[in-house]
Amino acid sequence: MEHIVIIGNGISGVTAARHIRKLSDKRITIISAETEHFFSRTALMYIYMGHMKYEHTKPYEDWFWEKNKIELKRAYVNEVMHEEKQLLLEDGAKISYDKLIIAVGSKSNKFGWPGQDLDGVQGLYSYQDLETLEQYAPNKKVCKRAVIVGGGLIGIELAEMLHTRGIPVTFLVRESSFWNGILPNGESEMINRHIKNHHIDLRLGVNLKEILADENGRARAVVVAETAEEIPCDLVGLTAGVSPNVDFLKGSGIELGRGVKVNRYLETNVPDVYAIGDCAEQREAIGKRRTIEAVWYTGRMMGETIAQTICGNRIQYNPGNWFNSAKFFDIEYQTYGWVNSNEQLPDYEEHFHWIHEDDTKCLTIATHKETGKFLGINTFGIRMRHEVFDTWLTDDRGTDYVVQYLALANFDPEFYRSFESQVLEAYTNQTINA
Amino acid sequence: MSTVQHNMSLTGEPPKTLNTVQKIATIIGMFGLAILLLASFNVTFPNKAVWLSISLLSITGGIILFARGAYANELEGIKNHGVWFKSVSSRGFLAWITGIALTGFYIVLYFYAEYLGLNANGENTGVISLFDPLSRLLNGNPASQWFVYGTLYTIAIFAFGIKFIWKYRHNRYERIRTMSVMFFQTAFAFLIPEFMARLNTSEAYNLPYYDLKSVWPLNYYLFDGYSLDGLLSSGNLGLYMLLFGVASIFIITPILTYKYGKRWYCSWVCGCGGLAETAGDPFRHLSDKSMFAWKVERWVVHSVLVFAVVMTTALVSTYLGNDSNAYWLTKDVFLIGAGVFLTLIFAGIWFFKRDALKKDARYGAVGYFVIIIALLGIHYGSGNSNIFIFEAAVLRQWYGFLIGAIFSGVIGTGFYPIFGSRVWCRFGCPMAAILGLQQRLFSRFRITTNGGQCISCGNCSTYCEMGIDVRAYAQKGENIVRASCVGCGICSAVCPRGVLKLENGPMESRIDSNQVLLGNDVDLIALVNKK
Ligand SMILES: Cc1cc2nc3c(=O)[nH]c(=O)nc-3n(C[C@H](O)[C@H](O)[C@H](O)COP(=O)(O)OP(=O)(O)OC[C@H]3O[C@@H](n4cnc5c(N)ncnc54)[C@H](O)[C@@H]3O)c2cc1C
Ligand code: SF4
Ligand code: SF4
Repeated sequence: MEHIVIIGNGISGVTAARHIRKLSDKRITIISAETEHFFSRTALMYIYMGHMKYEHTKPYEDWFWEKNKIELKRAYVNEVMHEEKQLLLEDGAKISYDKLIIAVGSKSNKFGWPGQDLDGVQGLYSYQDLETLEQYAPNKKVCKRAVIVGGGLIGIELAEMLHTRGIPVTFLVRESSFWNGILPNGESEMINRHIKNHHIDLRLGVNLKEILADENGRARAVVVAETAEEIPCDLVGLTAGVSPNVDFLKGSGIELGRGVKVNRYLETNVPDVYAIGDCAEQREAIGKRRTIEAVWYTGRMMGETIAQTICGNRIQYNPGNWFNSAKFFDIEYQTYGWVNSNEQLPDYEEHFHWIHEDDTKCLTIATHKETGKFLGINTFGIRMRHEVFDTWLTDDRGTDYVVQYLALANFDPEFYRSFESQVLEAYTNQTINA
Repeated sequence: MSTVQHNMSLTGEPPKTLNTVQKIATIIGMFGLAILLLASFNVTFPNKAVWLSISLLSITGGIILFARGAYANELEGIKNHGVWFKSVSSRGFLAWITGIALTGFYIVLYFYAEYLGLNANGENTGVISLFDPLSRLLNGNPASQWFVYGTLYTIAIFAFGIKFIWKYRHNRYERIRTMSVMFFQTAFAFLIPEFMARLNTSEAYNLPYYDLKSVWPLNYYLFDGYSLDGLLSSGNLGLYMLLFGVASIFIITPILTYKYGKRWYCSWVCGCGGLAETAGDPFRHLSDKSMFAWKVERWVVHSVLVFAVVMTTALVSTYLGNDSNAYWLTKDVFLIGAGVFLTLIFAGIWFFKRDALKKDARYGAVGYFVIIIALLGIHYGSGNSNIFIFEAAVLRQWYGFLIGAIFSGVIGTGFYPIFGSRVWCRFGCPMAAILGLQQRLFSRFRITTNGGQCISCGNCSTYCEMGIDVRAYAQKGENIVRASCVGCGICSAVCPRGVLKLENGPMESRIDSNQVLLGNDVDLIALVNKK
């Protein structure tokens, strides 16, 4: 029986395993070092905040794996020896495979800052990160202040986490406004205000110079590059993005760029070795997507795709319309299609922006200037129906149409006040003015 | 990565469990409780009306002030911070103390009311006597243990309802729903029956306590002999009330459940649900989400339903049997009618909806159906005054004891802090079983899943008080159509990605099971979803 080995029990590896099981009775083994069972990385924050315990973050009950004949092995893979079709584990044991799926995810970025490896300096990616966080920032007595470096999705989650334990947070963001490399200005500025409303000390347009140690080799302060200000702290969170966790593959003969290089079939340069999820790097970008897509949904979709290929139906990874979502403290964010930030705005793209007077809801719709085609939407504090936008994007609807029928796409709970008429009014007025 | 730690025990620390406002609030609330406690130990209070008012107001005020301390300074949004760290909400020491105290209270209430000072033949003493003034004011009679219980119950729903509204103030569905629950408890369960009792001072009336919103089989005492006697001997009003009760079962309930799902009752109207949603809210996450618990749930709750049906059929037929000339409806006609009715329902489900039932549900349904029909047959064939194999009154007693008292009270509410807030609703309530069957098979209600947006975080499953593994559906892109869902809307509220929406819509393709989620290449979706 063919033996499929998957390294990494995250969403991509586990989805691949599940779908291979649905399609075949091949032997499947998942090897992973982080935890015994698959858990939801996206829920790490809720464990620290006390909303959930670790066991609640496991999407499948523990009996699931045996019942579906998916073997789990908790081990770290030191080396892939593709010529022998074997893996060398940390304890020296070897495992043979017929086909190998690399789904090893990401690691937190560190940009060579002085002091980045001190105690009390960490990223937020793995379960182990959560354990060290619990050690260095259990409460506001042990951790009198935390400094977070890097204003992305994980940085703001870490800020929210620490905030729930009453730990004062200074948030150093390199950009001139939160996440404005991705978000249009109106939205980014609303989130700035929301962060500050939570009493986070948000510093925009600043960089980390170095992290200072105390006599025990523990972080005691950070120095801001622009102002040379020294900010005393007991925890430094490095959240300046993630990158593929592929160092162990160096020299293995599997071609690496920033991640594991794959073609549209998710095949690497080595036969019978595939890569999916955060660690896979497309040789050429698919549409407007990045070559490395470090999000949950794409990991899942790659897992679904690779299962087909492995079970004899070789197909390309061919993602549909882009979508994503996140939450900034209390404000939910959803996006469908492409809305570029002001910094990256292509010539042809124009924006319609609407913001509610309570400053917690807004939306931006991107339109093609010449054709009036609807390109994408960002919503904050308003839930939207994925299916509807997916159809509108596929059908190449115009923005006029989308705004007119916006109510069809609303996904807020029943009895919520709706804003479509306000949006329509604002849209019509600006069209007339323009 | 090579230094993987194997210690999986994260022990979080909440910032500070109680702030100053909450501490003051706790003292005020405890003071109110202390008065009741002292009264229970027969400390006599000089002016009962004044002390009762002080007590009830401080309990209510304490709870509301506590809520203020908890939420007023927080921005609105989901703030389940430290829920799993706090002793009271994570089965810690405080939870056990609370559980034991509540359980003890229920045992005394149901079985040893004399310790509370109940005296049927003379003046009440103890805590019950403290409630005499209020009881006289409302219904003209001295208090009973049920009056004390009803008052405290209503206060709990009211005060904790305000806390709940504060907590979910950003969510209009939750606000409106909670106001509805508070209203139905205060007006229908508490005030109206008390006022109706006043009618009984006139000769023409002999109305039993009747909470109009409490529908059989939850209201299993509706068809007790004394209750039927009471209603039938209270002129037109009594008759209308009885007719309303019957109409609630056969007409109102099915229509509303078809249109809105069982939530119209379980989380908008019902008192048991009302308490679970308000006072029980801090414990909702304690429900068991395992597949095993789901299996147990299905067997237990439907067994209770069968028990309730058999018991009620027995009671009514005994009642009719006592005086066969009194009503146009004779015992025989009734029994044949009940048998035919059950058979029709069963045949209907079997014929139209068999595919929607799981395998063990089918075995179960057939089994129960056979039992009921057999029991009816035994009785009808034997023709003696004994009903079925037991005497109806004995059945009724056991039902009242096991289901009415032990299950719904002692376990259902007493164990809130241990098993979660909806143990009764999930495992024990026969009304929930009926509504659930209908919701599963014949209703427009569903929880819609938003395409591919789920990140499998697990908030929805964790906070589902009915122990439904919502995530299991959401991450597959499948709508949630579960018999037990009470439509509380909390899964949707806590979801950080806007994945869930409770809605009513057409019955067709209410459950769309997808192998591959939205967001993929359309060809792949089509390829994999074709079965
Ligand atoms: C805090 C946080 C919040 C997030 N929130 C969101 C969100 O809201 N939405 C979203 O779309 N995405 C989110 N993401 C990103 C998302 O979690 C990732 O894209 C996704 O988990 C990647 O899945 P994966 O299967 O590719 O890899 P992973 O989940 O990283 O799994 C890889 C596994 O392989 C193991 N491994 C690595 N190397 C080896 C080795 N050599 N031997 C053995 N095992 C190895 C790792 O320990 C890990 O357990 C978030 C990420 C984080 C950290
Ligand atoms: S599934 Fe959602 S709405 Fe239904 S009972 Fe559970 S939490 Fe409430
Ligand atoms: S539906 Fe929402 S709350 Fe539930 S697992 Fe998915 S993202 Fe989390």
